[in-house]
Amino acid sequence: MMSSALAAVVLALAMDAGSIEKIARGTPAERDEALSAVVLAGDAGAARVLRALLEGRLYAGAEGPILIEEDGAFRDALTGSKATPREDSEKVTINNRLRRALERSLAALALSAPEPAQRLEGARAMQQSPDTDLLPAVEAALGRESDARVREALVTTRAMLALSAPEAERRLGAIEQLRRIPGAASKRLLGQRLAVEQDPTVLSALKEAAESVEASLRRGEMAGLVFSGLSLGSVLLLAALGLAVTFGLMGVINMAHGELLMVGAYATWLVQLGFRRWAPEHLDWYLAAAVPASFLAAALIGALLEVTVVRNLYGRPLETLLATFGASLLLMQSVRTAFGAQNVEVANPVWMSGGITVLPGLVLPWNRIVILLFGPLVLLLVWLLVSRTRLGLLVRAVTQNRQRAAGLGVPTPRVDLIAFALGSGIAGLGGCALSQIGNVGPELGQGFIVDSFMVVVLGGVGQLAGTVAAAAGLGLANKVLEPFAGAVLAKILVLVFIILFIQRRPQGLFALRGRAAEE
Amino acid sequence: MATMARRLLGLGGDSSLGRVQLAPALRLLYPPRTWSILIGGYLVLALLVPILNLAIPAGSVLHLSDYAVSLGGKILCYATVALAMDLVWGYAGILSLGHGLFFALGGYAMGMYLMRAIGTDGVYGSTLPDFMVFLDWKELPWYWHGSDRFLQQAALVVIAPALLAFVFGWFAFRSRIRGVYFAIITQALTFAFMLLFFRNQTGFGGNNGFTDFKRILGFPLASPRTRAALFALSATLLFAALIGCRLLVRSKFGRVLTAIRDAEDRVRFCGYDPVGFKLFVWTLSAAICGIAGALYVPQVGIINPSEMSPANSVEIAIWVAVGGRGTLLGPVLGAALINGAKSWLTVAAPDLWLYVLGLLFIVVTRWLPKGVLGLFRREEP
Repeated sequence: MMSSALAAVVLALAMDAGSIEKIARGTPAERDEALSAVVLAGDAGAARVLRALLEGRLYAGAEGPILIEEDGAFRDALTGSKATPREDSEKVTINNRLRRALERSLAALALSAPEPAQRLEGARAMQQSPDTDLLPAVEAALGRESDARVREALVTTRAMLALSAPEAERRLGAIEQLRRIPGAASKRLLGQRLAVEQDPTVLSALKEAAESVEASLRRGEMAGLVFSGLSLGSVLLLAALGLAVTFGLMGVINMAHGELLMVGAYATWLVQLGFRRWAPEHLDWYLAAAVPASFLAAALIGALLEVTVVRNLYGRPLETLLATFGASLLLMQSVRTAFGAQNVEVANPVWMSGGITVLPGLVLPWNRIVILLFGPLVLLLVWLLVSRTRLGLLVRAVTQNRQRAAGLGVPTPRVDLIAFALGSGIAGLGGCALSQIGNVGPELGQGFIVDSFMVVVLGGVGQLAGTVAAAAGLGLANKVLEPFAGAVLAKILVLVFIILFIQRRPQGLFALRGRAAEE
Repeated sequence: MATMARRLLGLGGDSSLGRVQLAPALRLLYPPRTWSILIGGYLVLALLVPILNLAIPAGSVLHLSDYAVSLGGKILCYATVALAMDLVWGYAGILSLGHGLFFALGGYAMGMYLMRAIGTDGVYGSTLPDFMVFLDWKELPWYWHGSDRFLQQAALVVIAPALLAFVFGWFAFRSRIRGVYFAIITQALTFAFMLLFFRNQTGFGGNNGFTDFKRILGFPLASPRTRAALFALSATLLFAALIGCRLLVRSKFGRVLTAIRDAEDRVRFCGYDPVGFKLFVWTLSAAICGIAGALYVPQVGIINPSEMSPANSVEIAIWVAVGGRGTLLGPVLGAALINGAKSWLTVAAPDLWLYVLGLLFIVVTRWLPKGVLGLFRREEP
């Protein structure tokens, strides 16, 4: 209590009585003058007064001390000591012009704040609305700055402000600076200056810099598209991987596959709800429980589906298709009945929100990075399971020749059940991943079913490698075509491409050789 | 010409198709008892229903409400689609999950005419369809050229779906895509078209599609007489399509088709090229769907891209499966049964309908592989 009062006194004292007087009671011209003086002095203590003015907490009567109201109590703006307001004290009013000036001044004042983080924030705030009048303040701050990151931000800010400096020399310097930091702000500033610039040398430098910034922004944008295409491919991969097991290895068309994705997403949501309710302190790690939960939930439903429907329809693929479509309707409607028709909210854990800035104008969100890694990880596990374990061996044996495998003593019904549950569980994992980047609702699976079937068809039935290539390819093609053709046309183009592609290679990218290729 | 047609259809006979031969020819299609049921049913639908709706006063027990007529008309169109679907699925073994697309294309072709027939009676009072005014378009896109001519659009009702089916089928059958692959690709096709028609720029009204129709060929669509006439037309279409399809499947052509369904490779080894057979029946089926769609739109009063949603097309398959594949009459019954139940249940217990539909898919495929008609029939080639 004591020390904070003392600090307030010391800070407030740094601003002289004259400036406060002018800011509170002066004419507009006097106010501007006092503001510039305060900013130039780089006096962090003045921020208190300016902020109070901006927020309508500065009170002044016809004469006497000027007061700041804080939580209902009044303090003298100059000394910081407690005071009672005079009867004619009124809120000091400000207009929009002054409001903007105050905001700019506060940002400039933040440059002399004691904390580097605050100074950094101030420098960045000034980049949002560059104002050449503040150039001296920035240069002064640059002179005394020691923190490397703040210095870097300040150099950028200076370049932005100097772009409209009266001397052509400085403008050229600023242009050179901006060219080296290509970003949306640089592009905008250079464009604005381009419209008003008179000097021919500066003008040509401007044009050149603008083009260079434009080009590197485009490169960044392209890289961003490739990235989001790959992460979409990763989700498609998870969706298609499950299908590659059920459709590819077992030859069963499961139209409810999309709904198994949805089941996985809803399981994730339920786990999140549970954590929020019973273990809010571990909420950040709910995904650790949600991943196995979504796998198990979908695998269980898949197993149920196998026992009740699919098992009885082996060898009748068209009927299986229709029956599983019925199952998908049942699943969707059950979810609607249980959890409502609206989308539910699945939040990213804190460590998955935000992103890393790789290039200016290119931010890679963490959730997409995690998913990008998650897909291949699951793929690796599935590959190990299919190629290295006894279960995988049995699954492959049943796939290649059901009768002979049965004759050799393989319990085909149980292998079918396990394989189907496995494929469904992988879909559940896909749903868990999807819940981190998209909406979760009863219709979630519908949008994916066509895409994931396309992946399997394109990749070749029963081929994990083909599935991977097709998923990545389709994801990329969708995203890279989007800016040229729009999202819908991109999808249509991709579908047309697949139809044409199957003309050339009916067996998909990676055709099976030998006996299994016959049917 | 007539001889060739007869030989192709395998109706036998070496002399001309006179009155004497007509009776055996008819008997070849259906036994007399079935014929009387069919003709009786047709007369009831095409004559009695309009009379009960128009001539009997509203208070009477015998009166049929306008709602019943428009619902019935809708179901007749669906039944025709089911029939067309049975032609390809039941007899050629081609499961299409995209038949809703052909239906919707026929509907859109008719819808274009109906939109133009609104004239300047729209909300904005412009000669352009309302949605174009809304999008601030100044003139009709080129593909709307002449869409105010009924005959042109009526031709388009057949040509648009048939052409699409022909091109798609040519590519697909030529590269021997069949079974589930074909099913999945047709699903992707209708999905792609749905996305395309959802776009405003495509020029077919985007999300909302076409609606607010006023008249057809000068007759007001709101009047019960026009609606009764459309109903009778739908019944006629169904009857004609039924007889036509029956004629086709009982002919030599139909025999080859069934053989392709059962063992395509063997048919090929016997020297037939299945592509032509499949392509013909596939295109024909799409054209029938288009006509059904064209009759559906003026009766329902709206057409939008959701008709092309993959789920809608799968539903058509279940009408066929419920009625009984490869029976022609079964799918007609199936469509009527399911859609009747649907319109009753979606009002009585809306949440229940999808459960019923979902269970229907499972129960029919598991326990009723021959459909409802299979329960009553012992022998059917």
